[in-house]
Amino acid sequence: MLLRIKEMIIKEFIQVFRDRRMLAIIFITPVIQMLAFGYAATTDVTNISTAVYDLDKSLESRELVQRIESSGYFSVKVHVEQADEIQDLLERGKVIATIQINRGFSENLKKGIPSSIQVIVDGTDSNTATVAMEYINRIIMNYSGDLSRNIETGTPTIDLRARAWYNPDLRSRNYNVPGVIAIVIMLTCLLLTSMAVVREWEIGTMEQLMVTPLRPIELMLGKTIPFAAIGFFDMLVVTTVAVFWFHIPIEGSLLWLALNTAVYLLSVLGMGLLISTISRTQQQAMMATFLFYIPAVLLSGFMFPIENMPQVIQYGTYINPLRYFLVIIRGIFLKGSGMDILWPQTLSLFLLSIGVVTLSSLRFKKRIQ
Amino acid sequence: MKVSRIRAIAKKELIQIRRDPLSLAMAFLMPVMLLFIFGYAITLDVNNLETVVCDLDKSMLSRELVAQFGESDYFTIIDSVHSQGEIDGYLDRGEALVAITIPQDFSEDIKKGRPAGLQVIVDGSDSNTATIALGYVSGVTGLFSKRISLRQSPPLIDTRVRVWFNEELKSRNFIIPGLIAVIMSVIAALLTSLTVAREWERGTMEQLISTPVKTQEFILGKLIPYFLIGFIDMLISVLLAVFLFDVPMRGSLFLLAVLSSLFLFGGLSLGMLISIVAKSQLVASQIAMVATFLPAFLLSGFMYTIANMPKPLQLITYAIPARYFVSILKDIFLKGNALNMLLFETALLGLFALVVFAIANKQFKKRIE
Repeated sequence: MLLRIKEMIIKEFIQVFRDRRMLAIIFITPVIQMLAFGYAATTDVTNISTAVYDLDKSLESRELVQRIESSGYFSVKVHVEQADEIQDLLERGKVIATIQINRGFSENLKKGIPSSIQVIVDGTDSNTATVAMEYINRIIMNYSGDLSRNIETGTPTIDLRARAWYNPDLRSRNYNVPGVIAIVIMLTCLLLTSMAVVREWEIGTMEQLMVTPLRPIELMLGKTIPFAAIGFFDMLVVTTVAVFWFHIPIEGSLLWLALNTAVYLLSVLGMGLLISTISRTQQQAMMATFLFYIPAVLLSGFMFPIENMPQVIQYGTYINPLRYFLVIIRGIFLKGSGMDILWPQTLSLFLLSIGVVTLSSLRFKKRIQ
Repeated sequence: MKVSRIRAIAKKELIQIRRDPLSLAMAFLMPVMLLFIFGYAITLDVNNLETVVCDLDKSMLSRELVAQFGESDYFTIIDSVHSQGEIDGYLDRGEALVAITIPQDFSEDIKKGRPAGLQVIVDGSDSNTATIALGYVSGVTGLFSKRISLRQSPPLIDTRVRVWFNEELKSRNFIIPGLIAVIMSVIAALLTSLTVAREWERGTMEQLISTPVKTQEFILGKLIPYFLIGFIDMLISVLLAVFLFDVPMRGSLFLLAVLSSLFLFGGLSLGMLISIVAKSQLVASQIAMVATFLPAFLLSGFMYTIANMPKPLQLITYAIPARYFVSILKDIFLKGNALNMLLFETALLGLFALVVFAIANKQFKKRIE
């Protein structure tokens, strides 16, 4: 049995590696994706392009603009001279925020009369808009506080001491890159497995395999082991990029990461096999892969927290291997979590893998008979 | 170029599509299913942050502050603990994202007019949520100190913030148009990426080469049926967005249709090019995946602001048609922009389509010779 599986594995490897382009795709594209997405995936809201319409042009108004600019969150792109420019800038998307300081601002301040500042934010991207509003409010409140302190020496009542754990600088890259590892690996393995198996059916070589003395289980193992090996190697490569290129800390144990990766790959390969047993053509396999992959990524908690999803969809995420692996990989990378904390995820992933592999091997066998 | 030959190729392709009803069904099902799930599931609104409270003061004031946190929609207090040590466990297990500790002398400090310290720890591993959570914390404490402060003079600066284009800051309003762009990018490339490769793999390409059909006729003929499918997909998506998800449609539908056609033409040509270059369906599927989904998802400005990416990466985004389509869709839907505001996007989308179509033509010719 072992000998037959070995032969089969060798055949698979030859087949995959015969096509130079395939080789490039398997080993280079994960790295390219990793690099591109490691840089792209930053949700830090900085450099919010801002227009300032300063009608007061006083020392105070300039001081306020200066504070807004030096906060690091806003980059003042335009100094508006006429009111109707504001609308145009926002509509063209040239700026996200506009700040209008009215005439008499400094005079009012000196007299102790509250003076108003008008802020308009482009709400199209509600996330950025919320953050931008929060920043502006905070800067203006601080400025206002500093001014009133000069006047009547009031003190702030609550002194907020906030700290962020696990990622003290709140670098979004630290959170996103481990997630990118998980989705890049999933894509490569899923597509490779589902397409490669269907291909044998489509071209008619599966019939040839069936007349050999290979048993169904051997056939399946022989088909999947090479993909598992490729997946594992890819995982090693992208993790190396994450650690040495992006300096993402791995707080936890590498062995524990490897073990969980194995379980994860098992579940992904199982899904790929399952897709291959329900598809007749490679076109179908590819579409089915997409139909599974896109929801799997978007509903995994990769960028949208699962707790905010409707209950029904939350139940659906329990059959998504990515959901568990994301918690695991982020836990190991950022929190240094070990088995004592992550065992529920590992166990769920394991059970899911067993389920998918069993289901797909049953379907595979049925198709052979 | 003869219309009759283009028609013949288109007809042949249509017959081939019809023969694979499963793929056809998936082509129509995909946008519906994806939009349906994500429209409901995806929200960037952060609320119900799981919070643990450690109230060491146990005074009227501290209870009032805790109540204020509990009343806001943003925080859900899941437990009150009695020592700071217990907080660690909640954060480590990921059961709580925010931990608030009120120190023993909190109320006394306030009564004596000293700044009272309040300790807040957030789980920083999801930096986006963490930043927003910190903003909410300072909002709640700000309100609280305003309320309790006895001799509170009115704030000197009164900030009036207005939000344009998406007044209620509903994240759905910008996620849905963005998603349409992502889904359509993927579908367009998917539809055509296997067509030519399949002909090679099955050996039917030699037959086609022996006919008098010319390259341009062949490519156009192949594109037309998929263009129809893509256009129907687009139509379904817009209808779902407007009638199911109540995304406001402020611009012209006609303009949207024209620009979508331009986008589709580019996307389908890209798929065709991939198919011509790849020659095998397995390779084509991998390239299509890598070239469409992740770039459209991550580099189009849909999720991550392009202005925040490193310069080289920003340059790459110019080559991604989804980038233009995302802003076209958001602008037409939310801002009601007319063509004069979208000239840049339209021009580059057109350029992309032409260049890719031309390359596809050229590549194909080489293969025949």
